[in-house]
Amino acid sequence: MIRVQQQDFDVGAEIAALTDGKHGIGGVVSFVGLVRDMAPVEGSDTKIGAMTLEHYPGMTEKQLVEIEREANARWPLEASLIVHRYGRLEPGARIVLVVCASAHRQDAFDACNFLIDWLKTQAPFWKLEETGEGDLWVEARDTDDAAAARWQASRDDAAE
Amino acid sequence: MNILYFAWLRQRTGTGHESIVLPDGVATVGELVDWLKARGPGYAKAFEEPKVVRAAVNQEYVPFDHPVSDGDEVAFFPPVTGG
Repeated sequence: MIRVQQQDFDVGAEIAALTDGKHGIGGVVSFVGLVRDMAPVEGSDTKIGAMTLEHYPGMTEKQLVEIEREANARWPLEASLIVHRYGRLEPGARIVLVVCASAHRQDAFDACNFLIDWLKTQAPFWKLEETGEGDLWVEARDTDDAAAARWQASRDDAAE
Repeated sequence: MNILYFAWLRQRTGTGHESIVLPDGVATVGELVDWLKARGPGYAKAFEEPKVVRAAVNQEYVPFDHPVSDGDEVAFFPPVTGG
């Protein structure tokens, strides 16, 4: 299940609703992404006031459905959920929630890890940070591409 | 065709959405970029570094040699930074 929304979410309530009545679940892993107040530029002491998340309505949902389908094809999940917010968010605010539930914990850990890595490089969201020196678009990080690429590599291995 | 721009591409072109008739001689995303670049300084600035521009046709990522046709929804945006 995926959702793209402006409003906040309650992590406990989301997990409870997702797992309710599914007694094949032995483990639930969740990831919550928060807005940091740290400097957007390495070595600078600039703090960010808030950020605005822009997205591509339509394509965002399509991409999230696809990556969730991919996770479910790779791991035997009993349930999965992605909630991603957009709009203006203050430091400390929740941005994204990924939940994976499976019979055994390792599948849930791996699938959750995969989903957040994949989401960061595939879902069409862009962060605009408010700093003392004006608004700055966050630049994509090579480390995020590398994190996503290792899942590509593991799929290639599996196919051999 | 509908063309969408996001993040700094939207700011530089000055628009988030526009409808155009597919220009003569434009058959691919790359050719559309070349045509857009010639429309004015904002567009030229938006597409000055094509390497950092991502494209989607009908909400799927595509390379710049992907074909375009009238009726397509084409989007241009920087590398994504969600999560």
